[in-house]
Amino acid sequence: MSQTILETAPLECPECAARLAITPTLAGEVLDCRGCGAELEVVSLTPLLVQLAPHAEEDWGE
Amino acid sequence: MTHIGMVYSRGRVEEKMLQEAAQRQGVQFTAVQDDTLILDLDPGALPFDAVLERSVSTTRGLYVLKFCGAHGIPAINRHAVAAACADKTETSLKLRRAGVPTPRTKVAFEQESALAALDQLGYPAVIKPTTGSWARMVARVDSRREAEQILEHRSELPNPVQQVYYLQEYVNKLGAAGEPTLHRDLRAFVVGDETIAAIWRNSPHWITNTARGGKASVCPVTPELHDLCQRAAAAVGGGVLALDLMETSAGLVCHEINHTMEFRNSVAPTGVDIPGKIIEYCVRQAKA
Ligand SMILES: Nc1ncnc2c1ncn2[C@@H]1O[C@H](COP(=O)(O)OP(=O)(O)O)[C@@H](O)[C@H]1O
Ligand SMILES: [Mg+2]
Ligand SMILES: [Zn+2]
Repeated sequence: MSQTILETAPLECPECAARLAITPTLAGEVLDCRGCGAELEVVSLTPLLVQLAPHAEEDWGE
Repeated sequence: MTHIGMVYSRGRVEEKMLQEAAQRQGVQFTAVQDDTLILDLDPGALPFDAVLERSVSTTRGLYVLKFCGAHGIPAINRHAVAAACADKTETSLKLRRAGVPTPRTKVAFEQESALAALDQLGYPAVIKPTTGSWARMVARVDSRREAEQILEHRSELPNPVQQVYYLQEYVNKLGAAGEPTLHRDLRAFVVGDETIAAIWRNSPHWITNTARGGKASVCPVTPELHDLCQRAAAAVGGGVLALDLMETSAGLVCHEINHTMEFRNSVAPTGVDIPGKIIEYCVRQAKA
């Protein structure tokens, strides 16, 4: 049953544990934590999981 | 019904806005993360009528576009266009050949030859990586001594492309009247044969990228600006493009063209539905 708890638990910032009130629509969605400003990335929509966003790679850009 | 596929890396504000624009327009829209893609020599991996390429990695984006080209899937932008924009050297060559005003630029491969090229250009000058974005490693050098330091550092970077030294005259950008301490350049958004919007990017620093804190303000699209933008966009093959321009006492010069543009800071000041215009363009380009 730990799975269920994981899926329904409120999402927390992995950096500062602030609650994240978000409903992402894209995997890979990028958001800023309102608590600590950390850049977070939604790594999965179901279950909803966030991680600290990766650092920019050399070839990233416009 | 037209089915647009967006290949993307990260769901930034722009990708969300594009998704929402497609929803608003009732366009069938599928977002595919490049992380999950398995491309194949035979068609099938991208079952769309058109592909909007939004990879944050230039390298990945170019490969995706190679497949679109090979499989006859209209892509925004076409591979040749993206390749011309991804490399500043190629962009500059194409702009020059099309007669579009662009800063004096030289390319060299060794520290010695780069210093000699900079002597020819004169100081101050700007050293840029030929590939790259967000003003990473864009440096102004005011003297030969500074140039030596920068080149010394660059020569130790592991990637051979980083030793392609793209060297440019430093352009004295005309600023806004009454704002002598602010630098500004101009970013224009081209979608097909329209110049849909333009902003000035204002900054206390000579590097004015909004990714570096430049603040956007609306710039009117005059017939002159539209004409120059259309010629610059055509020089690289056209499509959905963001043009970087500088105002000089001798008129506008174009120094860069971006093929997967960021626009989050430009919608509000211009009032132009940039994502909506991009989706409409994708639908127009789609296979019938
Ligand atoms: N030759 C130049 N003279 C003066 N300013 C420049 C010159 N080249 C670039 N800049 C400034 O630096 C910014 C970044 O340069 P750019 O060529 O657009 O590289 P990037 O791909 O990193 O955006 C420009 O928007 C402009 O403000
Ligand atoms: Mg630029
Ligand atoms: Zn936080």
